[in-house]
Amino acid sequence: MSGTFASEYIMKCTSACAGCSSSLILRHVLKAAGPDTVLVVPACCTSVLQGVWPHTAFNIPVYNVAFAAAAAVASGMAAAFESMGKKTNVIAYAGDGGTVDIGIQALSGALERETNFLYICYDNEAYGNTGMQRSGSTPLGARTTTTPGGKTHVKKDLDRIIAAHHLPYMATACSAYPQDLVKKVQKALSIKGPKFMHILAPCPPGWRYDASQTIEVGKMAVKTGMWALYEREYDTLTLSGPTKAAMIKPAPLEEYLKMQGRFSSLKEEHIKAIRGDIERNLRHLKAEAEGLC
Amino acid sequence: MLTISTGNNAVAAAVRQANPAVVAAYPITPQTEIVEQIANYVTNGSLKSKYIPVESEHSAMAACIGASITGVRTFTATSSHGLLYMHEMVNWAAGARLPIVMANVNRALGPGWNVWAEHTDALQARDTGWLQVYVSTVQEAYDATLMAFRIAEDRRVYLPVMINLDGFALSHISQQLEESQAGDFIPPLVLDHAISTDAPAGYGCMTSSADYFRIRYDIERSMRDSVQVIQETEAAFAERFGRKYSWTEDYRCEDAEVLILAMGTLGKEAEVAVDILRSEGIKAGSMRVRWIRPFPQLDLKGRELVVIDRNYSFGFGGILATSIRAKTGEECYNVIAGLGGQEVTYDDIAGFVRNRRIGEEFWFGVDA
Repeated sequence: MSGTFASEYIMKCTSACAGCSSSLILRHVLKAAGPDTVLVVPACCTSVLQGVWPHTAFNIPVYNVAFAAAAAVASGMAAAFESMGKKTNVIAYAGDGGTVDIGIQALSGALERETNFLYICYDNEAYGNTGMQRSGSTPLGARTTTTPGGKTHVKKDLDRIIAAHHLPYMATACSAYPQDLVKKVQKALSIKGPKFMHILAPCPPGWRYDASQTIEVGKMAVKTGMWALYEREYDTLTLSGPTKAAMIKPAPLEEYLKMQGRFSSLKEEHIKAIRGDIERNLRHLKAEAEGLC
Repeated sequence: MLTISTGNNAVAAAVRQANPAVVAAYPITPQTEIVEQIANYVTNGSLKSKYIPVESEHSAMAACIGASITGVRTFTATSSHGLLYMHEMVNWAAGARLPIVMANVNRALGPGWNVWAEHTDALQARDTGWLQVYVSTVQEAYDATLMAFRIAEDRRVYLPVMINLDGFALSHISQQLEESQAGDFIPPLVLDHAISTDAPAGYGCMTSSADYFRIRYDIERSMRDSVQVIQETEAAFAERFGRKYSWTEDYRCEDAEVLILAMGTLGKEAEVAVDILRSEGIKAGSMRVRWIRPFPQLDLKGRELVVIDRNYSFGFGGILATSIRAKTGEECYNVIAGLGGQEVTYDDIAGFVRNRRIGEEFWFGVDA
């Protein structure tokens, strides 16, 4: 890789856990975005892994804010840059708790007001930096520190909530598919208005797998259809290659679940329900991609 | 230009003079007129601000924070529950050293629903690092708003300023207003710590106890430095526009043996009570406390004090009275009056003075 893409905005001294995919995602996001970018980060793993002030592992301006505030702070920042005639990218980078739970009101408002920014939810399916408590994004049956017997509710369908805002661009991605991820970030930033990306971020300590398996786990999430990759431009949905492949020949769901200690107490009925959800989701996405709904 | 204006419209008119780059606000009674008027200005082109109609007060302050850290002027307005809802970000704004200006239209807190004047809303934010001024007339609402920008944005301060005006009792009443042209009274904002892609830095990162402690101390140092800045600003304002303001507005205090201390419109009402009491031979004076943060130096020695609180700290006392006791060591008669917009006339205030019992607390309309 050459040019600006060779630049590194995340230095080697982060305090991320071994095998952390959220820092990997951010590395690629920032490479795609380039240096004229300001990052807005609410309480999440990313607020921790920058390091302790006055040092920082990030070579990009980062504005850390309160948990529920990322999208609104980004709104103000985007308006201010616009008033100054600056083209600076404003990217909110928030975890799933900060997005699907406490931050969803501010996010919905910012999207509805057509804020010119990119909001990225990196989803490790629990409150990571506080030690893996359940979030609205935790999948059914997964053990967290607040669902020791496994989560009894299904994962919130954030993307359809976001889709209801009719955005010029939204996309899903996964840390295990960096080229796909980078292309989507670049596309998002080429469009004026509100953009949203939802990126699956496997988490070794939280999901309980060996740090060396982060890419493998991410790939299996996509190959099983547990995580679908696609882009949506207003009402037009385009499936990404790996998900098209997963629709034709999905990898066995059990293999994905077995890789992770958090699913160790899954019951047969959970697996059935998860499979049912995957099939339903993929069916809807396929129908949308084919323009049938 | 001499006009007739409500308190709310006076604030909006002053904001137009200050010309903020970004206004983010959420409507709440009795503040709505401020944001409606600003929206009108933006729509008719007489104000060039980016107006962000946020979905909550939490987001109003958050959006102001995001805008302010880029180095532009920002404004918002709220009231009561709105101020409480944004409380987390109110703290953040001060901690981040952002010169945001906010008008708070003082209103009671639920339950039950009550939209009338009370100061408990803003006083719950007194420990946040915001400067707070309480006004009593439409003209003062205008003038204090103009001055707030200059004070907040002064390099020696870099702290947010809250202008407080009583719900309905001031926000919705009409008085004469001299709409002075601000001109260069408010210099362009230069925020030394503005975020910049030319000099990447982390803001609000994890911070050690030692550094955090020093940063908190810096806030207090700037709060103390703001005393000088407020005095300079009010002096410059008086010279430029001819209207004088200070820490307190004193009325017939020179030879007063009894002082009435109050905030907001009740403090203005007290002036009439003073005239009544004087006509009866009681040497009364009124000292309307304008700034509550930074808290003013008050010379109250040798006078009996009647402190009227349109607020209350449960389990402790009226907030102005307890503050005065703590800061001056002087005892007072603490009257709790006007909560939830309870009507308090100048005759009532004169009655408080006549019946004063220094050292005691009296709930007007409840206690005998």
